[in-house]
Amino acid sequence: MRPLVLSLRHRPDQRLDLSPLLPHLLARRTVAEIEQTAVNTTRHRLSVGDVFRVRAGDAQQIRIEGSCDRLDLVGHGMRGGEIIVDGDVGIKTGRLMSGGRLVIYGNAGPWAASGMTAGYLEITGTAGDRLGGPLPGEVAGMRGGVVVVRGPVGDRAGDRMRRGSIIVEGSAGSHAGSRMLAGTLIVQRTGGPMPGYLMRRGTIVLGGAGALISPTFVDCGTHDLIAMRLLARFVQVYSKRAASVIGGPLRRLAGDMAVLGKGEIFCPPE
Amino acid sequence: MRHLTVKRVRIDDTFAEAFTMRATGVIITADSAHWARQAAVTMTGFATSVIGCGCEAGIDHELTPRETPDGRPGVRVLLFAVSTSELQKQLQTRVGQCVLTSPGSACYAGLDGDERLKLGNALRYFGDGWQVSKRFAGKHYWRVPVMDGEFVCEATTGLSKNGVGGGNLIIMGQTVLGTLAAAQAAVKAIGAVPGVIVPFPGGIARSGSKVGSKYKTLRASTNDTFCPILRGAVSSALDADVGSVLEIVIDGLTPEAVAAAMRAGIAAVLKLGPTRGALRISAGNYGGKLGPHHFHLKDLLS
Repeated sequence: MRPLVLSLRHRPDQRLDLSPLLPHLLARRTVAEIEQTAVNTTRHRLSVGDVFRVRAGDAQQIRIEGSCDRLDLVGHGMRGGEIIVDGDVGIKTGRLMSGGRLVIYGNAGPWAASGMTAGYLEITGTAGDRLGGPLPGEVAGMRGGVVVVRGPVGDRAGDRMRRGSIIVEGSAGSHAGSRMLAGTLIVQRTGGPMPGYLMRRGTIVLGGAGALISPTFVDCGTHDLIAMRLLARFVQVYSKRAASVIGGPLRRLAGDMAVLGKGEIFCPPE
Repeated sequence: MRHLTVKRVRIDDTFAEAFTMRATGVIITADSAHWARQAAVTMTGFATSVIGCGCEAGIDHELTPRETPDGRPGVRVLLFAVSTSELQKQLQTRVGQCVLTSPGSACYAGLDGDERLKLGNALRYFGDGWQVSKRFAGKHYWRVPVMDGEFVCEATTGLSKNGVGGGNLIIMGQTVLGTLAAAQAAVKAIGAVPGVIVPFPGGIARSGSKVGSKYKTLRASTNDTFCPILRGAVSSALDADVGSVLEIVIDGLTPEAVAAAMRAGIAAVLKLGPTRGALRISAGNYGGKLGPHHFHLKDLLS
């Protein structure tokens, strides 16, 4: 079955809300109906047909071609199926995803995977700040699923994360895993200052050395843990490079003792 | 009893009567095959019969590092009990006392299924608040700090309500050593069949039992019809040339697995022959009215 293809005609004049373009919402809709779907975020109305050329296909597989960073909320609330995006995307990509597969062949803006509960999100380029993080006022960020970012991510990746796994093949900005409640954040390269800031529980793995870690983390020594082998096997499916930093002995830092202190940061032995 | 003779070994025209049991399994891994086996042997100790042990348990088979979740040598253990609650109790107690305590061990689900028994979910409290929950790849693990590092334990394991307990072979020989050799050959052959255990010591029971006793407090007592030294004193099932009897009890995850195990056991006894092994093979039943699974020996000759 051919995918449903939406090709961007030109860079839009306003940011677009692509949250209506989901497999379960477009199922059994005709091309004409899809073209009439509103995607504007200002008072100036824009419909899908105004900005995309639509080629009919199976809505369980949506392909967005020629994307740019003005396309917000791609895969927002996605429940199943697949969305493949060629190009960059804007904010809140895959926010509140509860299933399916979303792949961005490009860069993503802030709040990607925010509030995600299940499914798979892959970003081949960079991801902005607060990857998987909550919006202001929300209690928890990501609550399940798997996020893979092939490049670097911005500040506060995994902020208030409660469950799920984030795998970053690049480096992370400051405060990676801040206020984590649980879950797993793996950064293949090094993290910026203050990883795990105020984390209560959860696991952060930093593949590179040299991150400025808060003094409220305590050194538990270097250990070769079985749980890390299990984690490495799981990560290997998504990223052999990231898995390579998990196998073998790692230094464990427990914290953040400024709060509950039951989280952990693993980093290379000194 | 009517019988047929195969390779000069008499096969009784009878059947083993088996019962449906609750079953579960776990995979135990450790830093070496020795320690994985040690934990499994300890866990399955005193688990020969539900009559007095609460469950029947044994090692199904050993696993290579490629076959285990954490890439270390492992062992798959199966447990059978008469009720879900008893199986849960036995699983929790045995893993807690024998696997958690074994150096370098980890414990994972050894059986799939929608119905689950608590494994790490019941043992995590040993961590006294320092236990860590981890979920990935659709699995839920508990990491419990222990003195040699961490005890990793999957949260739950599968429960089967279609386990089969009580498959059996009764092996009769002229001498004690010959009968033992035949029984050992059968146990070795059964060891290659997946999904079954032989819970008695070395897989062999020398004290087969009958239901009930002249003493009211006993639920089971010696199977006098198969005791050579009582031949003549009781209504014996033994021929004049039989001087020793051993029994192999087989529990399996499916009737097919039990049948395959019995078939393998019979074949091994026949291969050994009557001169070095057994003269006769029979099986125990209760008239066929109690257990839903009947394994006729004549159907297992292949």
